[in-house]
Amino acid sequence: MELPVISNAPPALAGGCSESGCGTAPDALAHLPDHIRAKVQDHPCYSEEAHHHFARMHVAVAPACNIQCNYCNRKYDCSNESRPGVVSELMTPNQAVRKTLAVAAAIPQMTVLGIAGPGDPLANPERTFETFRQLSEQAPDIKLCVSTNGLALPDCVEELARHNIDHVTITINCVDPGIGAKIYPWIFWQNRRIRGVEAARILIEQQQKGLEMLTARGILVKVNSVMIPGINDKHLEEVSRIVKAKGAFLHNVMPLIAEAGHGTYYGLMGQREPTPLELEALQDACAGDMSMMRHCRQCRADAVGMLGEDRGAEFTLDKIETMEIDYAAAMVERAKVHREIADNLEMKRALQRAPKFDAPARRADPPASRSLRIAVASKGGGLVNEHFGHAHEFLVYEVGPSGHRFLGHRKCTPYCMGDTSCGDGETVLGQIIASLEGVEVLLASKIGFEPWADLERAGIRPSGEHAMEPIEDAIRAVYDELAAAGKLDPAPAEVAARAA
Amino acid sequence: MALEIVDSCVGCFACEPLCPNKAISAVMRPGEPLFFIHPERCTECLGDHDLPQCAEICPIEGAIVDEFGEPLNPPGSLTGIPLHLLDQFRVTECRQ
Ligand code: SF4
Ligand code: SF4
Repeated sequence: MELPVISNAPPALAGGCSESGCGTAPDALAHLPDHIRAKVQDHPCYSEEAHHHFARMHVAVAPACNIQCNYCNRKYDCSNESRPGVVSELMTPNQAVRKTLAVAAAIPQMTVLGIAGPGDPLANPERTFETFRQLSEQAPDIKLCVSTNGLALPDCVEELARHNIDHVTITINCVDPGIGAKIYPWIFWQNRRIRGVEAARILIEQQQKGLEMLTARGILVKVNSVMIPGINDKHLEEVSRIVKAKGAFLHNVMPLIAEAGHGTYYGLMGQREPTPLELEALQDACAGDMSMMRHCRQCRADAVGMLGEDRGAEFTLDKIETMEIDYAAAMVERAKVHREIADNLEMKRALQRAPKFDAPARRADPPASRSLRIAVASKGGGLVNEHFGHAHEFLVYEVGPSGHRFLGHRKCTPYCMGDTSCGDGETVLGQIIASLEGVEVLLASKIGFEPWADLERAGIRPSGEHAMEPIEDAIRAVYDELAAAGKLDPAPAEVAARAA
Repeated sequence: MALEIVDSCVGCFACEPLCPNKAISAVMRPGEPLFFIHPERCTECLGDHDLPQCAEICPIEGAIVDEFGEPLNPPGSLTGIPLHLLDQFRVTECRQ
């Protein structure tokens, strides 16, 4: 097995994404041409590095949709771009612009404004483009991005290019109309509802045409796919190859979310979700030479703040109504903050490039130990700094004898939301343990007595020993310790293979 | 001859810009359906389109009805969810 070694990033990566606060391989962006990498580097949705330092927000100005997906219930926001079962506060373009300016003035780290729902932004072109037009004028220091199902995309490319929007996300779940018919029951096309294979064929054609038109104009395109076991899971590798060939810079595979309680077709029909291990395997298979966005959290369409946080409550419509916004002054302050962050990141990159003097184990012949999965509870900043009971998600790493890589987030309901609300702990703990399938060690800054025992019973070693340590050092130390104790002997199959 | 929007409308705005007669508007009064079709302006799209545009794009089964109260998109016709599952879901939803 080959594992990239984070801290041995070759110096040739100058300017690339080598900071690894959340532990992704440093070459995650290295394959991209310079001009694309420069665009992605500070984008909190696309760069693992930037999402710790910059913030993004979405505004919900686009309620209508022109297709139906089987994972969607139209009572709620688009479940591809948001948490299912969530209804965003719908805004007019004027309100959205005001909110964006208010947030950008208060949170100088806010660099990206996205329109992602609750419906399809390009099925509401007037509302979407009115928002973009005003923002390009009033806040030229904010990057704009938009997500779409692609049906109306070819008609919008000209206009998108005019507004100087450089990030477009297309959700592409298939390139085969037969498969598409199992994902999309209908589309609205040329004044009528069209169903079945014909609908899927038109949608796929429009998506592919839109993708080609955008990349031909040098507009960055990310492709999202929803992994639906038994329907498009095998097929997504082909999708990945095709969108890559057409110039998409990222292909992000997300798990289907299908609960009966959401009232979606898949939810009610009992379509199952992929397991974390299945998702990781597909993400690996699709990766190839193209980076995958493993840190995607399927954030809410109207979220405000750094990835994984939501400060929306500070910027409700009545609150922004009364705010005084001097955006010209804010822009000066923002430029200063952006410079500081950029300098800070550059310094970290320089440190990463400096030669390291590490434990000799790393340079010695790789011992014949197998790799293992370690889950980490972290609040951010690249540290083991979250209590087990407060964690909303665990970062999962695969650690091998000579390196490690970040596999993804396993989301969960926190075991304990505080000292009074631990009543549901029992069932929640069961769910957390189920979500940690394949994980053998769990690091947190603190783990309570009860979950400790349950984790051990489930074959997961809990540890609070590495509290406040950098994640990379902690998982390396755990691995080396277990390997030295002979607890990571190669799997029997490997031994047999070597003996043969 | 006019179509009507009933309670189950979720207010997604999809129909509003499509109406050739500008007959559809958002309603801001609690207790009423979120959107309203002006009965004197609605022509059921006759002369403009083969099919009534609002009912063609509406994603919500049962939200748009004709003058006899018959839904243009009956239950199950848009999502493909079998009726017995839809019924079960409605019961659980009401309890929430
Ligand atoms: S049927 Fe046609 S005219 Fe009547 S409200 Fe719907 S879109 Fe407008
Ligand atoms: S399309 Fe249907 S659900 Fe949407 S606003 Fe119109 S009537 Fe309501």
